[in-house]
Parts: sequence; C-alpha cells; structure tokens
Amino acid sequence: MNPPQAGFSTPSRLLHWLMAAMILAMLFIGVGMAASESSWYSLLVSIHRPLGIAILVLVAIRLVNRLAYPPPALPETLPPLMRSAALASHMLLYALMFALPLVGWGMLSAARYPIVLYGSLQLPPILPHDVMLYALLRHLHTWLAYLLFATFLAHLGAALFHFLIRRDGVFESMASGR
Amino acid sequence: MSGPRLTMPTAGTLVRLGAIGAILLGVAGLFTYVGGWLSPDRLTQARMMMAVEEANGSHPGFRRNHAKGVCVSGWFEGSGQIRRLSKAAVFRPDRVPVIGRFALAGGMPFQADMPTTVRSLALRFLTPGAEEWRTGMNNIPVFAVNTARGFYEQLVASAPDPATGKPDPSKMQTFLANHPETVRALAIIKERSISSGFVNETFNSLNTFRFVNTTGASVPVRWSTVPLQPFVAESATQPATANKNYLFDELAAEIGRHPLQWRLTVTIGQPGDPTGDATLPWPADRPKVDAGMVTLDSTSSEDGGQCTDVNYDPLVLPSGIEPSDDPLLSARSAAYARSFTLRAGEAGEKPPSAITPKDVKAGDK
Repeated sequence: MNPPQAGFSTPSRLLHWLMAAMILAMLFIGVGMAASESSWYSLLVSIHRPLGIAILVLVAIRLVNRLAYPPPALPETLPPLMRSAALASHMLLYALMFALPLVGWGMLSAARYPIVLYGSLQLPPILPHDVMLYALLRHLHTWLAYLLFATFLAHLGAALFHFLIRRDGVFESMASGR
Repeated sequence: MSGPRLTMPTAGTLVRLGAIGAILLGVAGLFTYVGGWLSPDRLTQARMMMAVEEANGSHPGFRRNHAKGVCVSGWFEGSGQIRRLSKAAVFRPDRVPVIGRFALAGGMPFQADMPTTVRSLALRFLTPGAEEWRTGMNNIPVFAVNTARGFYEQLVASAPDPATGKPDPSKMQTFLANHPETVRALAIIKERSISSGFVNETFNSLNTFRFVNTTGASVPVRWSTVPLQPFVAESATQPATANKNYLFDELAAEIGRHPLQWRLTVTIGQPGDPTGDATLPWPADRPKVDAGMVTLDSTSSEDGGQCTDVNYDPLVLPSGIEPSDDPLLSARSAAYARSFTLRAGEAGEKPPSAITPKDVKAGDK
C-alpha cells in the first residue's frame, strides 16, 4: 500500500473551486448572451465583462500559487498515456483561462466598445481601433470558448473517472485536500 | 496493486461509467440548450440576422439596418440644466466632441431616398475623461413594434415572396392582426409631418431611459434632437429630381454653407407613463428640459468616415443614464452587436457606399 498522498493545498483548492464555478457560469452566460435577443442580454453582458476580468486576475494569482504550492504527484499506477493527457489538458486549461479574457478585452478594444466593468469603472483599450481585427478576435473568442467547454468536459470526465472507476485518490486530493 | 482491468469490467463499473457519461451528456446538453441550438422557435441573434437578410438581400460589409448613411461630426455643448436630473459628465456646460451618422432605415444600402422612409440620426458623445454615450434616434414619434419578436415577425411578413419578388400582403395582414400595438403605432406614425430633409427634421429616442442624479434619484426620460433650421414640409419641396440621393446631397450642401444645430430636448416622464413600450407615446404636456446644443459642421462619406467603424449601440451609456425596462433596448443592443460583427468580418469585401467621398465633396460647395 502506498502511504496516503498529501492533497492540494488549501489556497489551491480554494482557487480551483472558486474559479470552477466562475468559469462554468461564464461559459453558460457567454453562450446564452451570444444567442439572446431577450431582456436578459444586457444583464448577461454586464456580468460577463467584470467576471471575465476577475477570472484573468485570479488565474494570474493561481499560476503564482501553483509555483508556490506545487500540485501533488499523480499516482504511480497511472498509465503513461493518462499521465500525458492530464499534463496536456491542464496546460490547455491554464492557457485558455488566460487567453479568453485577454481575447475578450482585446476584441472590445479593437471595436472601440467602452470596456465597462461597473458604473464608471472602465478598462483602457489594449489594441488599436480595427474592425477586421475585431471580427477575427470575436470569432476566436467563440471558438476558444467552445474549446474551453470541451476541455472542461474532459476534465470533469477524468475527475469522475478517477473518483468512481480508478478510485486512486486523485479526485479526493482536490475535493478534500487529502 | 494495479488499476481495474478494462478487459473485464464488472456490472458496477459499467453502471459507474454510464453515470459519468450521463453527467457529461447532461452538462453538454444544457450548454447546447442555452446556446439556442435545441430550440428552433427561439428568436436568437442569428435568426434575427437571417430574417434581415431575407427581407433586404445580402449586402456584405454594410450595417444590417439603416444601411444607407453618411458620417457627420461636430460638438455638443451642455446647457447645465440636466445636471439636477443626471450626473453624466456629458451634460456639463462644456464642449464635447460628437461623431454622428445620418441614415435611412432599412437594410438596403443603395435604396433611393424617399420622403416617407424613416430617417435616423445616431450620435456618439466623446466626453473627455468620462464615459461615452451613444444614441440612435428616428424621425418617427413612436416605434412600430414593442418587442424583438414583433420586429422579427414584421421583417418576415415584409420579406419578398420568392415567387413574385414582392411582399405578400396577406402575410402583413396576418402580422397586423396579431399585433394591435403595431396598428396603433402605425396610425400615429402616419400622422407625423415629414420635413424636407435631414437638416430640418426632429429625431426621437423612441425608447425610454432613466436619468440618475448624484443623490441616486431616477426619472424616466425620452429625448429628441429638435432642429434650429426652420421646418419645411416635405410636400412643399418634393423634388422633381430623379436624384436617388437627394436627401444626402442636400445635407452635404447645407452643412457646407453653415453649421447645423439641433437642441437636445429631454422629456421627463411622470409616474404611470409607459416606459417599457416604445409603441406608446407620452402625453404631450410632459415637461421638456433643454439639455444643450448639438452642432454638426462637417459631413463625410462612410467610406473612410469616422462613424463607419462605430456600433451605435443604444446601451453604450455613461453613468447617470440607465436603460429602462423597455425590452427593445436589450434587443437592439444584441442585434446591433451581431450586425457589427458580421459587417466587420466582411469589411474586406464591402463595395463603395451609395454616398461616396466624391458625392459629399460635390454637395459640399
């Protein structure tokens, strides 16, 4: 028997579950508002922008936290293919958590929409006024969001697979920290 | 210990695998539902744009509505009288640069100017060091529909029949039978006096907004730009010309002679006045406050003009101006955003606009 493995640190788990809720909400708000012609539209947009920027700030903190508190090693028993898949999907999740808010901020900048967070709190544009660039980034934003949703599904599926099928403690290391 | 053998899964493992699959499928299904893909009857932005294209044809690179227009620029100077109602910095008694756009309603960028076609004025107020304000106004007293669904159904009813190339009158009759608010609104719209051109026309916000002052007090408002140029009725000057751009040519000529001015007039609603229905007018005796003067002293073609890459989204509002409960505001904002994204992606294939830089120069003499 292996000794009980130390799980994720408390700050890591806090960041993970907080951001999980925020990102999942963000994906549903995003896909809903992009289809909406209803009264919900403006409310969803006004949540989407500050929530996205909050995710950008948190993922930066999370990256620093990950360096400070490295995640526990995966179980020795995990086949190499699953090990590679875990590494690749986590790198992709981090890349998308940075890319989606930045592309969103950039596309609003290129369209010269005011980037209102709340009331008179606004962000400055980070790109020149260029509508063709806007169109490119707007489509990129959608496709990266679909990719993030697909990666999230894979992540959720893998977590449940560890929990219910392999029962190797990987799920618990994030759920309870043990 | 090695992991479970995948070659011989137990019944329990299969059940657990099935549970994982069901959870993933459920989450993916919910995402698909929220995105509108499972609801063919839901009015989405994409379906609204399809209806616009079926009614007007495909015009890559142009706005999906109010497609024919020109850019104008000038400034706004607040009267100072609005500051008790709204804390928005735009209402300070200072000059604020304005980038605007005059246009004709409809999605056909090369339609001939007609007196009865709805005219619009969109303005973008660029208050230094404060938030922007964008507004789109029309020369009608009320809007013809009060929901996005009404707008969509009106579009579908007015789309040309593929067989005849003309709208089917029976479809419009059915639409009107289902929308008594539109019948009432069209009667009011029909009674309006139409001016001879853009320069002596009044443009109205149609939708209701709310002004909020520094104490947090909020009042419902509608606003209009009222011309200082004297009103001349359209019928008196009906041009005997075949010039299909006569409205825009006259605008360029007038603005070349002298700056044009409109007073931004804010109407204050009373409790009980309809705020969530743009087909309903407010009583004529409602108090009006002079917010300041819009001066436009230059016009240019959309090709290379400063208004072209701007989405006149009615929900780009500074703090001090807030949306009302009018569902059309959200609907317009959503549809404009989708239209803007579509035309931005087509910017490379857009043909020259109806009013070219040469036309503006020729008029501007």
